[in-house]
Amino acid sequence: MPWLSTLMGVSVLGALGVTLVRNDKLAKQFTLVVSLIVLALTVAMAVQFSPNGDKFQFSETYDWIPQFGVHYAVAVDGIALVLILLSVILVPIVVLASWHDAEAGKRSVRTYFSLLLVLEAMMIGVFAATDVFLFYVFFEAMLIPMYFMIGSYGGAQRSYAAVKFLLYSLFGGLLMLVAVIALYSIAGKGTFMFSDLVGTIQDVTTQKWLFLGFFIAFAIKAPLWPFHTWLPDAAAQAPAGAAVLLVGVLDKVGTYGMLRFCLELFPDAAKFFTPLVITLSVIGIVYGAIVAIGQTDMKRLIAYTSVSHFGFIALGVFAMTTNAGAGATLYMVNHGFSTGALFLIAGFLIYRRGSQFIADYGGVQKVAPILAGTFLVAGLSSLSLPGLSTFVSEFMVLSGTYERYVVPTVIATVGVILAAIYILWMYQRMMNGPTAESVKTLPDLNLREKFVVAPLIALLVIFGFYPKPLLDVINPAVKDTLTSVSVTDPHPAVPVAQEGQQ
Amino acid sequence: MNGTIEAPTIEYALLAPLLVVFGAAIVGVLVEAFAPRYLRSAIHLPLTLLSLAGAFALAVWQAVKGVPTKPAAMGAVAVDGPALFIWGTILILAFVSVLLIKDEEHFVGSAAAVPGSAEEEQSLIERAAHTEVYPLLLFAVGGMLLFPAANDLLVAFVALEVMSLPLYLLCGLARRRRLLSQEAAVKYFLLGAFSSAFFLYGTALLYGYAGSVDLAKINQALGSVGGQDTLLYIGAAMLGVGLLFKIGAAPFQAWKPDVYQGSPTPITALMASGTLVAAFGALLRVFWVGLGGLDWDWRPVLYGVAILTMVVGAILAITQTDIKRMLAYSSIAHGGFLLIGVIATGATRAENTSALSGLLFYLVAYGFTTVGAFAVITMVRDAGGEAWHLSRWAGLGKRSPLLAGVFAFFLLAFAGIPLTSGFFGKYAVFQAAVANGATPLVIIGVIASAIAAFFYVRVIVLMFFSDPAADGPSVVLPSRGTAAVVGIAALATVVLGVFPQPVLDLAHAAAQSLFVR
Repeated sequence: MPWLSTLMGVSVLGALGVTLVRNDKLAKQFTLVVSLIVLALTVAMAVQFSPNGDKFQFSETYDWIPQFGVHYAVAVDGIALVLILLSVILVPIVVLASWHDAEAGKRSVRTYFSLLLVLEAMMIGVFAATDVFLFYVFFEAMLIPMYFMIGSYGGAQRSYAAVKFLLYSLFGGLLMLVAVIALYSIAGKGTFMFSDLVGTIQDVTTQKWLFLGFFIAFAIKAPLWPFHTWLPDAAAQAPAGAAVLLVGVLDKVGTYGMLRFCLELFPDAAKFFTPLVITLSVIGIVYGAIVAIGQTDMKRLIAYTSVSHFGFIALGVFAMTTNAGAGATLYMVNHGFSTGALFLIAGFLIYRRGSQFIADYGGVQKVAPILAGTFLVAGLSSLSLPGLSTFVSEFMVLSGTYERYVVPTVIATVGVILAAIYILWMYQRMMNGPTAESVKTLPDLNLREKFVVAPLIALLVIFGFYPKPLLDVINPAVKDTLTSVSVTDPHPAVPVAQEGQQ
Repeated sequence: MNGTIEAPTIEYALLAPLLVVFGAAIVGVLVEAFAPRYLRSAIHLPLTLLSLAGAFALAVWQAVKGVPTKPAAMGAVAVDGPALFIWGTILILAFVSVLLIKDEEHFVGSAAAVPGSAEEEQSLIERAAHTEVYPLLLFAVGGMLLFPAANDLLVAFVALEVMSLPLYLLCGLARRRRLLSQEAAVKYFLLGAFSSAFFLYGTALLYGYAGSVDLAKINQALGSVGGQDTLLYIGAAMLGVGLLFKIGAAPFQAWKPDVYQGSPTPITALMASGTLVAAFGALLRVFWVGLGGLDWDWRPVLYGVAILTMVVGAILAITQTDIKRMLAYSSIAHGGFLLIGVIATGATRAENTSALSGLLFYLVAYGFTTVGAFAVITMVRDAGGEAWHLSRWAGLGKRSPLLAGVFAFFLLAFAGIPLTSGFFGKYAVFQAAVANGATPLVIIGVIASAIAAFFYVRVIVLMFFSDPAADGPSVVLPSRGTAAVVGIAALATVVLGVFPQPVLDLAHAAAQSLFVR
């Protein structure tokens, strides 16, 4: 069964269907059903995935544009699979959370949900593409639905934020396009298939140039410091649901691209640029965290925490050890859930009070304990409290990076402390203390909102205690990636064998 | 000398598409002369459409039957693969533009009446109409067909004039904002006359150098004639100026915004699509065939021109407030992207084929999107005609989501977003350029694309993210012709963006034989 095409096909057909439904309420329910069907299908696919089987599974390959050597080729390895799972889990949650988002602006509700489903298809496609050109097409095309979601349904500064988001990403994408074309020409294989292109570029100088073309695009997308300035604007202005998908999934395309394309296609260049990337990542971790502390707008604050977290992910990717790589992949998933939860609950608050500013709140936990409690759990996950899922991945990244780069790891650890400050201080200002006059009548989470938050909290806790199912899938794929980059994990400083001799 | 002159052989069958168009144009003139006024329009429209469709069918038939490998008409006209492909493209685009023209609202009743005078009033009362636009248009289209197929410089010059003269006239016939329209016509005429003179002067100098105006013979002379380099270089440069003017490449782009703005929109659509295609066909033939041996000399110059054109087009477009002027600058920028393809010649035949087929595909993709975009512009109207000022387009997405959506889609295609035809056009040209070592040019190209994306996106922002003005423009119910144009253009943009392979194959097959010599 062509699983991946089915997933995309169902989403696209659903998107078309939504535009045909005349009734807004029906359109929402229809979208929810479609996204749940996609989720069910993905789960059905995922259970058939054998972690120790072929690297790429559920593979489909058709010629798309033979003249350019372009294929419609999709398949998943462990890394792509968990990211697709992340996407399809988030979409129904976002649909449910955005139930009233599109109504505020008196704009077309159907268009919003239709764009959501189009975006879902593209998110699946971008992670599943095994043809570099197809990846590029999804990479660029998925900007358009997000652009309209921010620009049409966002906050006051929405059109500025939408244009900034689009132009930054487009510019990065166009640089990548040059690299994609050059990769094709220089490889001279007449094909864009990823598997055929791995290892074809041997010349190190060429690799460096092509690496930069890809890397800048991904660094803007992820975003790494100093390419991050669009993210706080876009995330703060986007409606909460779109912000979740933007930060939770779209940005992961950047870090996923680094792991999949930058490392495997240009291994020598990747090693050459590792010190630079690690420096940027560490700066991003600390800078993002410090700036987050200073934010007065909670959505911007969450966006800056993400800049910090993306630093960790990039650090893990470029540390090139199994632990760090697997940790970074796991981090991508966990960050999607924890930041998703933060954005959504913040969105519920903003919907109730009509303000994004932290100063407008105070003592919310007295009037809305469930809201405050779930916000706290999501926040604690974001600051990597042991027992919640982000801790596992952050610990893996740090310990994996420590095997090779001690000083950067030590500096990055500061980010963990700063995370406690920005989360807990935000919580303190908003939820503790005397209840502010304006929030006295704030209702607690209703049933729909509980259904939104419950699965996210459950996932955070489950994967906090038992990340094995994910790691079982991720580990072989990461090992495989590192093998094709031809790096091996450094030996422990004190070999185990010596202990035995004593 | 034996005193006998051999009768020239003319391959009528090969030239049939040309002859049909010119024939119909002449019949059109006769109709103007003899048919009663009330009948003229009813005769012109089917005549024009049928002749264009017939010429297209003949061109297709010729392509199916087999592409000739020798120039026709004693070496004057080359009906080869690229020429047939370009013919097909121009004929379809012209057909589509005629559907726009059919809505005669765009043209002035009496062009000779001074704007604002009693005569003008009178012509409005009499409901006078210039039905001459149809034969004029056919002549222009005939010139467009001949220009890229001309295999010697004299025929090229004649074609250039046949193409341009009717367009000068048509530019001045706008019904509204007439002074602007007349100014556009005069500007276009004066500058166009200059450029024609340059072209002719260049032809004369090259004749002095090579002893022939035949492109193939000029190319042969490049290797054998010595000591005449001054003639050659000045001649080639002047020829280049004439051709680059027609494309609107910087620094010869100044006419484009004024002319595009002032002309009746259907004529702008025809110029922005058909003329551009024709001019690029001719430019390619002159530079690749006639001056192919000189490529070491012209390549750096075109390199510079391409960069300048892309940058000037993209940057100046940002400052525009008139939608037609903005699209004119966008057309200049696209001319720059296309020039990248002209430069992307390589050492081998296969490389040249890929560059040529990329260019051909780009021309088709761009032509359709352009006609579609201008068709949309004709539909958004204020009390005084088309709503030309960009600010008037604010909030159109709410008032008429479908039209705004289609226009946004065209703009995204101009910007080269994947899954639109514009992306593959750009990709094909860029790929050929990278394969032939012009990577720096491609990098500048993508930077220009990013700048250009800004002003396309700005229009989308206006249409969708801004609130509509209280007295905003109304969207007229399109006539069947206009609706068909928008539909065809949108369909072409989607299909070429998702399944470009058939047209790519066609372009590749057309480019396979390259230009005949």
